[in-house]
Amino acid sequence: MKRLLKGGHLVDPLQGIDAVRDVLLDGDRVAAVGLDLPVGKDVEVIAVPSGCILCPGFVDMHVHLREPGQEHKETIATGTAAAAAGGFTGVACMPNTQPVNDSASVTRAILERAALEGAVRVYPIGAVSKGMKGESLAEIAELRAAGCVAVSDDGNPVPTALLMRRALEYAGMFNMPVIDHCEDPSLKGEGVAHDGYIAAMLGLRGIPATAESIMVERDIALAEMTGSAVHIAHLSTRQALRAVWAAKARGVRVTCEVAPHHFVLTDERLTGPISYDTNLKMNPPLRERADVDGILQGFTAGTIDAIATDHAPHQADEKHVEFDRAPFGIIGLETAVSLTLDRLVHTGVITLRRMVQLMSVNPCRILNVPGGTLRPERPADITIIALSAKVTVDLSKSRSRSRNSPFGGWTLKGGVVATIVGGKTVYVNEEIPGAAAFGAAVARA
Amino acid sequence: MNPETTDATPSLPTGTDDQPIPANRLRSKDLVGIAELSVEEISLILDTAVAMKEIASRPIKKVPALRGKTVVNLFFEASTRTRTSFEIAEKRLSADTLNIAAGTSSVVKGETLADTVHNIEAMSPDLLVVRHSSSGACHFLSRICRAGVINAGDGMHEHPTQALLDAFTIRERKQRLAGLKVAICGDLLHSRVLRSNVLLLTKMGADVWLCGPPTLVPTGFARSGVHITSSVDEAVEGADAVMMLRIQLERMLGGYFPSLREYFNVFGMTPERVRRAKPDVLIMHPGPMNRGVEIASEVADGPYSVILDQVANGVAVRMAVLYLLSGGAEHEAVA
Repeated sequence: MKRLLKGGHLVDPLQGIDAVRDVLLDGDRVAAVGLDLPVGKDVEVIAVPSGCILCPGFVDMHVHLREPGQEHKETIATGTAAAAAGGFTGVACMPNTQPVNDSASVTRAILERAALEGAVRVYPIGAVSKGMKGESLAEIAELRAAGCVAVSDDGNPVPTALLMRRALEYAGMFNMPVIDHCEDPSLKGEGVAHDGYIAAMLGLRGIPATAESIMVERDIALAEMTGSAVHIAHLSTRQALRAVWAAKARGVRVTCEVAPHHFVLTDERLTGPISYDTNLKMNPPLRERADVDGILQGFTAGTIDAIATDHAPHQADEKHVEFDRAPFGIIGLETAVSLTLDRLVHTGVITLRRMVQLMSVNPCRILNVPGGTLRPERPADITIIALSAKVTVDLSKSRSRSRNSPFGGWTLKGGVVATIVGGKTVYVNEEIPGAAAFGAAVARA
Repeated sequence: MNPETTDATPSLPTGTDDQPIPANRLRSKDLVGIAELSVEEISLILDTAVAMKEIASRPIKKVPALRGKTVVNLFFEASTRTRTSFEIAEKRLSADTLNIAAGTSSVVKGETLADTVHNIEAMSPDLLVVRHSSSGACHFLSRICRAGVINAGDGMHEHPTQALLDAFTIRERKQRLAGLKVAICGDLLHSRVLRSNVLLLTKMGADVWLCGPPTLVPTGFARSGVHITSSVDEAVEGADAVMMLRIQLERMLGGYFPSLREYFNVFGMTPERVRRAKPDVLIMHPGPMNRGVEIASEVADGPYSVILDQVANGVAVRMAVLYLLSGGAEHEAVA
């Protein structure tokens, strides 16, 4: 079965294309890319609506699918459905499940479930240490063989420099990145909000910016020492960004991601309109204005490699409590593309081409997974977006099993039109005129 | 009576039906913090408290202003002085009061704060007086409750009635707040009394100096328009009022300073240090005091100490808050 996406604007940095191109799909692969491709027999022609941009599929490299173990918050089925609706054709899922993904059997169970119920591709991230306890290395070779694309102890920073050194050395053997949640536990203490004037006035215990940057500096030093690749998860401070910038300049194998809430919101939001809103509680916390400004500069300067959501579903009951008792984290899969278009592309901070690098090319490169381009023979994973679409975030329609987002009711410019994974349309945004051209969404499995 | 604010002083109901409606009232059904109050509202509460204080000098210390109103004192954290002060205030206004302490509530059985409060609300209280160890707990409750919520201390955030009674005490002695130098010394980081006082005093135009070890100064606090120093002498120099904040033993164990002895040597309020202040300085403390830690006994018991006045004024200020939030004046007028 061949499908021809005709007349769309293709942004594919790896092919150097930012122009109108036809894209011919043959089954689950891209067959050809070109101008005015001939329409052969048995080809379904999809006239791409005007204003739609075709991009190599976006990959969110930091997602919590909660399955196995916390299916009341999210499942592989609901999480990947949310990913599809958010324009992601693949997600990398963190190992903080119950049980922890620290063994090949858990990895296989996740992949089997994803093959049955997943709307998009699922790339498991294995634990660095057994039980994510920070004591001894998990069976990283077996995790790799079972399908893990990286290792991370997720919310637990790798506690000692020695363990981090060994993880980098050992994972380096398979060219797997070690993803670290960088935070010095002693400086974090019992903190729940960014350590600054806002937290001071609100009486919230602070997490200083230095808690992040001090461990980013440590990890950079160890990556430099071992020659292995380290990836900094959800970077949130200007100090950490400076450290990454300097390390890159001297050739250290360090990459970093930023979550949309860290370039859209500041800690001042904690004062209202909903004061102490637990949907503003995440780790790292919302930082101060100077950090957001620094991050915007980091996008312009090219220091930031990826936009990743840190999609962290929690049930409403769990968040309907006192601020310091609420769990950290917000969902983000379905709002990331619109927030990025509205706050980074339309404001001129980055180009569309750079957005595709941040959301597709670089995540695929860092995780060594297929994708990041629509070259012939590559997987037919395509994210279709519309720059001028007006999107109002309606959490009641979220595909996620949880609703913990501070962006409900926000109106943003730009959104996802459709998502194609392996040649199959897995999401169509029916609110966008013409989107129906991509056909009805079907189950990928 | 402060001449600047006399105009705003409302009449108090004395039990008759022909009470004038006060010109001003509070905008919110809640008192969650000083941050939410305007200068006019602060003045209104302080002026109302002047009239309330008079009730304490009567042989029959009771007015019917809150007759038929139910006030629940919901204390999720231990408190003797604040709870007692609220309870006396409620009783002097003829409210029906109920005390719930966390130890006796369902919280220990794992019930959430929201569920606990919804259960209490089902019994139609008019006001909830809440103390909780989590900052922002009263904001959270004010959003989910029909009843008015009065913050009796939330975590490290605010203790608005304490700041109001402190301001009342200063104003009673100095006839004003604007332009006074007020020094606040002690554990600034963990103190909700501090935050409410900084907000109130800066709103009212006082010159606020904070003093404590740098380990106990909240990050970025200078932005609130105060002076911060680690020199007690500098803070106290020429001060009109000196407020001491309690130093808890846990802070020493938490490594914020090496020992209580050293703390007293460097930061304790001694008679020598007080001499740098104005001759008629007011010495204040929200209690409970640690004699020999943050304050020397000679100072606490000295001629300029108004520490017990603060306690007495606490009842009057809380009566004023309860009265204004219960819609007392409006209600009386309708009846």
